[in-house]
Amino acid sequence: MTDTPLLKVRDISKFYGARIGCQNVSFDLWPGEVLAIVGESGSGKTTLLNCLATRLMPSSGSVEYRMRDGGMRDLSRMSEAERRFLMRTDWGFVHQNPADGLRMAVSAGANVGERLMAVGERHYGNIRETAGNWLGRVEISVDRIDDQPRAFSGGMRQRLQIARNLVTSPRLVFMDEPTGGLDVSVQARLLDLLRGLVQDLGLSAIIVTHDLAVARLLSHRMMVMKDGIVIEQGLTDRVLDDPREAYTQLLVSSILQV
Amino acid sequence: MSTADLATYNFAYLDEQTKRMIRRAILKAIAIPGYQVPFASREMPMPYGWGTGGVQVTAAILGPKDVLKVIDQGADDTTNAVSIRAFFQKVADVAVTTKTREATIIQTRHRIPEEKLTAGQTLVYQVPIPEPLRFLEPRETETRKMHALEEYGLMHVKLYEDIARNGHIATTYAYPVKVEGRYVMDPSPTPKFDNPKMHMSEALQLFGAGREKRIYAVPPFTEVVSLDFEDHPFEIQTFDRPCALCGAENVYLDEVVLDDKGGRMFVCSDTDHCEERCAGGHRGSLAYDKEAAE
Repeated sequence: MTDTPLLKVRDISKFYGARIGCQNVSFDLWPGEVLAIVGESGSGKTTLLNCLATRLMPSSGSVEYRMRDGGMRDLSRMSEAERRFLMRTDWGFVHQNPADGLRMAVSAGANVGERLMAVGERHYGNIRETAGNWLGRVEISVDRIDDQPRAFSGGMRQRLQIARNLVTSPRLVFMDEPTGGLDVSVQARLLDLLRGLVQDLGLSAIIVTHDLAVARLLSHRMMVMKDGIVIEQGLTDRVLDDPREAYTQLLVSSILQV
Repeated sequence: MSTADLATYNFAYLDEQTKRMIRRAILKAIAIPGYQVPFASREMPMPYGWGTGGVQVTAAILGPKDVLKVIDQGADDTTNAVSIRAFFQKVADVAVTTKTREATIIQTRHRIPEEKLTAGQTLVYQVPIPEPLRFLEPRETETRKMHALEEYGLMHVKLYEDIARNGHIATTYAYPVKVEGRYVMDPSPTPKFDNPKMHMSEALQLFGAGREKRIYAVPPFTEVVSLDFEDHPFEIQTFDRPCALCGAENVYLDEVVLDDKGGRMFVCSDTDHCEERCAGGHRGSLAYDKEAAE
């Protein structure tokens, strides 16, 4: 591992008028590390994620990213062209609702191939082959390559969205409740798949979730948020097994034991 | 009250301020080939979709000495062409022609004449939807950004879908082109057969979209390249028979249904080109029948 973090977040705050979205969040994300952000609805998880992924402009604070050439760049000082290029090559963003991240009116193959074409791939055969490979990797049968995502189940759509994001081999993936809205058995398969992919590709990921099981399975480290503030952070096992803050203890103890 | 006291139309219908505004948009469009310049499109005495954009561009560039030709799908004698020609005869009293060679301004709906255009001629296109990315990306704010940042991957997604569904690029009209290596442009719904004619054309090409309030242009001798894939290169339509009237090959043909028993003929879509060839003694397979009928 290198000695510089992939993402360096310092004092990020986002205010919606007088209301707090998130406040004074700082952390480093290292290459190959998976960080989970947990907390109840309205605790500012998604706001924080959107600020990191440049989908929202933070009110204050800085986010620095280590580019492929090794230089640290402040995301807010990048030009929009550079940011958008980063988002479709070096980053991925997995939405909670797959319809937000997919083009529902074009085929699965084109959905996966879009990023390749966006970075200049102009050979139909190669694009299709790569798309087919990726469908295989996310356990979608290759004969569905010309079907539109409308014809897919929720779990398949979510896996397709993941394939679409990973096709340019990004180094950092943001996920917003990737398992939200899926039933438990499908969730388990998706988590299994994600864990495998993250390991194989050496991805860094920031996962927002309210599901502590997801955090336990996928993440190395976690941050607990409440009312826009990070109240506790540490290694996942430590936070879940030995929660220190009262709110974290409440959160952990409210997991249903079946 | 004598007729001299009555208000009349300004030359070429539009008032001078409006023409200046449109000319400024045209100059900007020429300076940035393929870029869609917004302009304050006026209400014209015709419905949207009938060429309000093209008519405004023509009105703005028309001079008393110009010779105007108007074609609609290649034909000089269909409703749209006849009425626009009559319109400019009435409001500008300009000379009109159906001969491609004699015209200085050719307003066209969805065809480029077969005869090669020369320096000094201007081709004015009527454009329904100027945004080539529109059907893939409905947000105008987003498409403008994509043009600004040269993010044209989406255009290839459309072509990919074509090949995935049909085995070949099935887009036959409004086939996207890249102008001078920069802007992706919709050449209006001309058949892709005409795309190669836009490349390095000697004539100035202006595009007017009245409802969408956009003007764009391809100046003379500008590179116009049709988008494609390396393993699925751009191809124009081919026809397996010549024109039934004049016997021309390598021209764009229209299918004409002759009866309800499956009879049909293929004739030149460019009526001026066809008539000129017929006058020159060229004959197609059905030409004799036509003369006998007359």
